[in-house]
Amino acid sequence: MTNSPFTPGIAPARLPQEALAENFADLHAPLDAHEALVAADRCYFCHDAPCITACPTSIDIPLFIRQISTDTPEAAAKTIFEQNILGGMCARVCPTETLCEEACVREAAEGKPVEIGRLQRYATDTLMAKGVHPFERAAPTGRKIAVVGAGPAGLACAHRLAMKGHDVDIYDKRAKAGGLNEYGIASYKSTENFAQAEVDWLMQIGGITLLTDRTLGQDLTLGELQSDYDAVFLGMGLAGVNALRANGETREGVSDAVAFIADLRQSTDLSTLPVGRNVVVIGGGMTAVDAAVQSKLLGAENVTILYRRGRDAMPASRYEQDLAASKGVRFIFNAMPLEVLGNGTATALRCEYTKVEGNSVQGTGETFDIPADQVLKAIGQTLHGSPEGLTLDGAKIAVTGAGRTSLDRVWAGGDCASGGEDLTVTAVAEGRDAAEDIHAALSDA
Amino acid sequence: MADLTSNFLGIKSPNPFWLASAPPTDKQYNVERAFEAGWGGVVWKTLGAEGPPVVNVNGPRYGAIYGADRRLLGLNNIELITDRPLEVNLREIKEVKRKWPDRAMIVSLMVPCEEEAWKAILPLVEETGADAIELNCGCPHGMSERGMGAAVGQAPDLIEMITRWCKQTTRMPVIVKLTPNITDVRAPARAAKAGGADAVSLINTISSITSVNLDTFSPEPSIDGKGSHGGYCGPAVKPIALNMVAEIARDPETAGLPISGIGGVTTWRDAAEFLALGAGNVQVCTAAMTYGFKIVEELKSGLSQYLDEQGMSLDDLVGRATPNVTDWQYLNLNYVTKARIDQYACIKCGRCYAACEDTSHQAISMSADRTFEVIDAECVACNLCVNVCPVDGCITMEELAAGEQDLRTGKPVSKEYANWTTHPNNPATVEAAE
Repeated sequence: MTNSPFTPGIAPARLPQEALAENFADLHAPLDAHEALVAADRCYFCHDAPCITACPTSIDIPLFIRQISTDTPEAAAKTIFEQNILGGMCARVCPTETLCEEACVREAAEGKPVEIGRLQRYATDTLMAKGVHPFERAAPTGRKIAVVGAGPAGLACAHRLAMKGHDVDIYDKRAKAGGLNEYGIASYKSTENFAQAEVDWLMQIGGITLLTDRTLGQDLTLGELQSDYDAVFLGMGLAGVNALRANGETREGVSDAVAFIADLRQSTDLSTLPVGRNVVVIGGGMTAVDAAVQSKLLGAENVTILYRRGRDAMPASRYEQDLAASKGVRFIFNAMPLEVLGNGTATALRCEYTKVEGNSVQGTGETFDIPADQVLKAIGQTLHGSPEGLTLDGAKIAVTGAGRTSLDRVWAGGDCASGGEDLTVTAVAEGRDAAEDIHAALSDA
Repeated sequence: MADLTSNFLGIKSPNPFWLASAPPTDKQYNVERAFEAGWGGVVWKTLGAEGPPVVNVNGPRYGAIYGADRRLLGLNNIELITDRPLEVNLREIKEVKRKWPDRAMIVSLMVPCEEEAWKAILPLVEETGADAIELNCGCPHGMSERGMGAAVGQAPDLIEMITRWCKQTTRMPVIVKLTPNITDVRAPARAAKAGGADAVSLINTISSITSVNLDTFSPEPSIDGKGSHGGYCGPAVKPIALNMVAEIARDPETAGLPISGIGGVTTWRDAAEFLALGAGNVQVCTAAMTYGFKIVEELKSGLSQYLDEQGMSLDDLVGRATPNVTDWQYLNLNYVTKARIDQYACIKCGRCYAACEDTSHQAISMSADRTFEVIDAECVACNLCVNVCPVDGCITMEELAAGEQDLRTGKPVSKEYANWTTHPNNPATVEAAE
């Protein structure tokens, strides 16, 4: 190894292989059987449990935990998968601290909720490790549905449709299925190629054909899909990235955090991935935290998250913020980028402090520079190239009910559709519910 | 620090905590370490008649049930009485008693129901200097198949007979250990008293099968695919033991007969409850088997603190709760309570609601924001909500004062005591004389 965290500029191999392997191991080690029993014993089996209400997919959490506590994790997994076929990934990436675990009555009682996420992982891992797929397809209906986007929304939709006996073709512009599960989530949340393993396991239901490297608007059009299929589900996510609108945005060293994370997720040798000595991540969401933490874990000396509002307004949960802080990431709140400084290549970021008045964020006039040879933009994604004819709600596809768009027999869900938080678990719920609605609509026809 | 010195049948021990006759008291090595740890006395594991020692199984002897985090709640065993030669046990008993004269040394005995057998062993025990004997009339497995242990304990006339033999033969106090595997524990207790027993000790273990292996269909513990009913003990049996102690303590025929309380004593609080119901001391086994001899330190410090806080002596505590044990027919039917939920303590789990709704009374309402409130007009004060609530003290049963209206019956609460014997619905009601 020739490089270190102190090597100037953007450089690979800042840390030895062993350190990288350790840094990118499972963020939370899986529970072993005994730990799972101990954790499960803490569940009170609440009546009409608040955790179920808090779960976007409404998993019957007390029931699956009771099934774990009685030594039937396979039954627990089925309880989970009935509501959320991507329950394995959600167990890893859900911000449980703002969902089920925040609602857990033990959080109210003692500030220590039942470890629902880890228990869910224990159950789903147990069943998936056996290679068992717990669902069977209904008799073939002869109907065919196109799903655009093989991310959480599309996969959930396709699986539920396949279960109902329909045939499904999933189109995705990338080389692999999984969407953000495969390309957009921090490595330490989805180790050992889990996203692909989950897709393979999900496909065991049968009746789903995966067509990759097909981009809507280039290789296929919505009109073609409408004429070739009985129904269409759009779940292609948000392919565009918001612009920084700061001077010097084109200097070398400035890039999108989502691309950085995608490269990292696809890397087979982390020591080949270049990372800056001084990294600044702009934004306040999960993507910003994932990019910042992973920069630090790759060996960047200084990593700063710059967020234009205060800590309380930050979309990333307090838990995520603390995780970042524990890895050595520095937060600067109430500041925004003005200009990327440097001669062709970024060397520093000029920032301005902000004040929030009402809903608007304004500069105070006071500026400061921070060293930055890598600037990662994580200021939100946008729907890129929405198919013609679809009514939009703001920047997203407008939907009503269970994902119905303005076009007949076209549904949408996940990040590209209006409403809902942009979470994996929300996307799963929307895909699943759209599938039920599609099935009902086709059955009535 | 309260004085924990105990005097049971004139047998002095530095505290009222004895180790019960069981595996921990089977040999000198163990008993001496127990004494070093601070135990007040031991009942040496049951000796049998002279001759070839008994044999034990060579597979598992214990089965268990667990609570959360594998906390051992109940243990059962199929171990028999001591399988060491009689003379070895006697020699060690004598040696230990000589070295630890301030500790109680009781010897448990179980020999065939023949007068000669008892007459043969008693002088040997007496010669050790032991303070008393305990007749094992309770062991429910193995020995009972040979007409001993629980087989004797289930036949009051046999209890009376062997007790009398012992009293006629030895100067040592005689404690009769009773089996709970019987319909009414007062019958064997009365028989022991009739035979001249100085005290009874109870309970011995309860016949039990702890679990069934659902792969092999063998009861546990499994010996080569078969199981046998073992003796159940541990925290789970305490309520049964407490009741049996109280039944004997309040039975006019046995009132005043000293009782050594046994059955699931795990903490100082358990011990205090046995004492309050009339036990003169307690014997402990499963807790020591589970956690080791050291627990006696907590038993001593806890009981001592409690007595200090209450301003009571140990003797004050013994039997303090006995007068409050009564028959159902004498319970005050004019004592009216209602459940009260402390909304600040409530964590909104809804278990009270589910229990009340599904058990029968529908006396708790649930609002959209998960506020749970008691409907006084429906609440029968059953206490189930208190029992299922995970938050200590969140739900309490509050007494209605005399004159307050009970919304369930629509009647004001009477200040008079009234019970079933005088209730108009009781066909046997005797009109109270005006």
